[in-house]
Amino acid sequence: LGSSIVTTKCFLFLPESSAIRAALLIQRWYRQYVARLEMRRRCTWNIFQSIEYAGEQDQIKLYNFFGFLMDHFTPASSERNLISHIFRENEICRDTEWERYFCYKDIEVPDSYTGPHLTFPMTFCGVSKLVEAFKHKQQLHARYVLQLLGETWRLLRILPNINQVSACHTKEITICGDLHGHLEDLLLIFYKNGLPSSEKPYVFNGDFVDRGKNSLEILLILFGFLLVYPNDVHLNRGNHEDHIVNLRYGFTKEVLGKYRMHGKKILKLLQKIFSWLPLATVIDHKVLIVHGGISDTTDLNTIARVDRHKVREAFSINKVFLQSAGGLVEGRRRVCSLTYHSSAPAYKHNLPRRSLHNQPTSSQLNWSVEEELKRRRRQAGFDQSYGELTKSDSDSDPESGETTETDEHEWKQIVDMLWSDPMPQNGCSPNEVRGGGCYWGPDVSEEVLGKHNLQLLIRSHECKQEGYEFCHNRRVLTIFSASNYYEVGSNRGAYIRMGPDLVPHFIQYQASRTSREFTLRQSIGWTERSALRALKEQLFVHKSDLISAFHEFDPNNTGLISLSHWASVTEKVLNLGLPWRVLRPQLVSSTRVCFVCTFRSLSLTHISDNSILETMYKNHSNLETIFRIIDTDHSGLISFEEFRQTWKLLSSHLKTEISDKAIADLAQSIDFNKDGSIDINEFMEAFRLVDLSAHS
Amino acid sequence: MIDEPLFCLSEATGSDVHKKIRAAFEVFDYESNNTVDAREIGTIIYSLGCFPTQADLHDFTAEVEEGHTGYIHLDKFLPVMTKVLLENNMKAITLCFQVLDKEKKGYLEPEDLTKYMTQEGDVFTQEEMDEMLTALVDHEKNLIYYKDLINLLTIDPDM
Repeated sequence: LGSSIVTTKCFLFLPESSAIRAALLIQRWYRQYVARLEMRRRCTWNIFQSIEYAGEQDQIKLYNFFGFLMDHFTPASSERNLISHIFRENEICRDTEWERYFCYKDIEVPDSYTGPHLTFPMTFCGVSKLVEAFKHKQQLHARYVLQLLGETWRLLRILPNINQVSACHTKEITICGDLHGHLEDLLLIFYKNGLPSSEKPYVFNGDFVDRGKNSLEILLILFGFLLVYPNDVHLNRGNHEDHIVNLRYGFTKEVLGKYRMHGKKILKLLQKIFSWLPLATVIDHKVLIVHGGISDTTDLNTIARVDRHKVREAFSINKVFLQSAGGLVEGRRRVCSLTYHSSAPAYKHNLPRRSLHNQPTSSQLNWSVEEELKRRRRQAGFDQSYGELTKSDSDSDPESGETTETDEHEWKQIVDMLWSDPMPQNGCSPNEVRGGGCYWGPDVSEEVLGKHNLQLLIRSHECKQEGYEFCHNRRVLTIFSASNYYEVGSNRGAYIRMGPDLVPHFIQYQASRTSREFTLRQSIGWTERSALRALKEQLFVHKSDLISAFHEFDPNNTGLISLSHWASVTEKVLNLGLPWRVLRPQLVSSTRVCFVCTFRSLSLTHISDNSILETMYKNHSNLETIFRIIDTDHSGLISFEEFRQTWKLLSSHLKTEISDKAIADLAQSIDFNKDGSIDINEFMEAFRLVDLSAHS
Repeated sequence: MIDEPLFCLSEATGSDVHKKIRAAFEVFDYESNNTVDAREIGTIIYSLGCFPTQADLHDFTAEVEEGHTGYIHLDKFLPVMTKVLLENNMKAITLCFQVLDKEKKGYLEPEDLTKYMTQEGDVFTQEEMDEMLTALVDHEKNLIYYKDLINLLTIDPDM
């Protein structure tokens, strides 16, 4: 078009404007610009959250699948062994045997080692040295790792389930939320707020690991400070302090990658440590801090009594939980998008709420136990050498003995504490998005806090744009400390400072210099591109379902459908609760949508066999999790036979046919090591989705 | 009260502009086949808030008409008109900045813009002002080169 002719003409007739009129128009223009940006930001946020929760749901389905197999399947013995070990500890050892297994003494530190050297008992100088070393990206030698973890394990076993903290001595307490392996955020907090000490107590509210790439460094730092200041540093367990979750979300991979020889031992010891992490912290009997939240059955006296290390892995709990809730409830996203107006189907089961009035009213925790607890903690602080500790329960295999109904009821409370999320409506219903814990409403907050004479519940577990957020009439406060969680520029992190008046003060931050230098527009653009990439992946994963659904609205086989049909089909198949009409321009072009074009810009590298290609890609996270479970010696390699059995298992779960020949062909197209085994990392590399449009 | 010729500033996004253009077009689309008589095009353009001269109109029509049929199809009209409206937005804002830039230097000092934004019209809050300065100020020279910025900030990237 010779549009240059047209557009150089000025179609305006501008009367004489005063400066005021000009200012007014500039203000209007700028405000509109900011409003548009905000809308894009919210939309991007919703995308990330939907995909994240969809991933968690996937994980739960996998767990349920294994559970189902164990209950109903009478397979050939080889298959049973394959999965049985994920919830059976084959070695039932006593403590002394474990101590021997975890012993670090035979591990030599070579002269060539340039990292930090630790001496025990741990001192403040030692930990600060460790922090400095990690700041300079050094790695701690496996010997010191095992030694530090061993000391931590011993200490944790004498800590109570609920930490009691006092803010009464004009000390301000600092409370941090999820860190998820973001070391730069922890270092930023220490820089702004100071290192932990007796004058500077800290509470860390769980989810220290997974997703970020420095989960282990964070743990070592937190444990180091715990050892030096056991009365002033408090750790709560999060739902990611769980070795099965770690298999999927990256922590296991991180440890094995950093410690090839001793990684397995380290992971085993961490498994024990996680099970011994305390579950909650209470400040001045008034403020309750837990990672996830509460439910209508939460009772702190019960929780204080439980053998917390015997709680089984999350998936077994889920089985119990879901069975008692009458099976998996079909659920929808809780995300509210700005422009998406659903016909609001009833998307939560409002289970009848159990009244708390039937239970004996207890206004405070049972204080006769407190003396006993104080004695144990004094012992921990006083006896620095952690010598012989008399303990009544051994840390033996949690499988020993039958589980009673009481046990399951108690464990459900713990799962609730680690997995639940607040919701705006009254009531309490199963959290089908996470697959564990519940959604609890403002009435439950009032009842539970009232019953225990508490004034505030501080929790984490959910990412928040500003790093923190109040809800339930300011009775519940979410604190999240991993900035840039979804992507650079996606959110700030925050921590709380709280003095004797128990009023929370917030400090926000955002790690990474680059994100601060971005203008608002640039950082939203960056995050948006990332979200769109993730969304395109989701489209690709569901390609054949989408195409066959599209075809239903295209009776004449034109290859085109209307926008509203495109939007409704996409939502029906993906079930992410997103405003597809608004997103449409970013995903497909043209007004009448050529639906095949939805997929044109994506393609997988390497894998040429198309018959199981899509199935494989769709399930690649599950595949990786299964592989890591199968890889019992954590070598990073699995045999061809194990690979074949995995596929067989997965195909029965997915109810699709995958022939032996297809598997064999696929195996051939992957590079094998000479001994006929598959390198897991190599295999997963094949699933990198190439975005063709990125090259245009 | 908004000056008529500048009302297109209220159209923020490309799709809003599209809607407006279609709506104006449809009034004259008597056969509902997405075409209008070429002689009506002036009225349509005026109704969209533009004031072309006769010569402008003549040139514009020549560009979008379907050969010599005397008809104009929406598929040609829409993209061209959209571009014109959005560019009008840009020109309008540029003119506004030029009004404030009395010496016609091509840039504004942050202090000057701040004075106008926080004292005249629908005044900005301090927070809004800070945000605007972060977005608009060239960090090296500490000046606001408004002409370059308007391009970036007005046209929606998904157009």
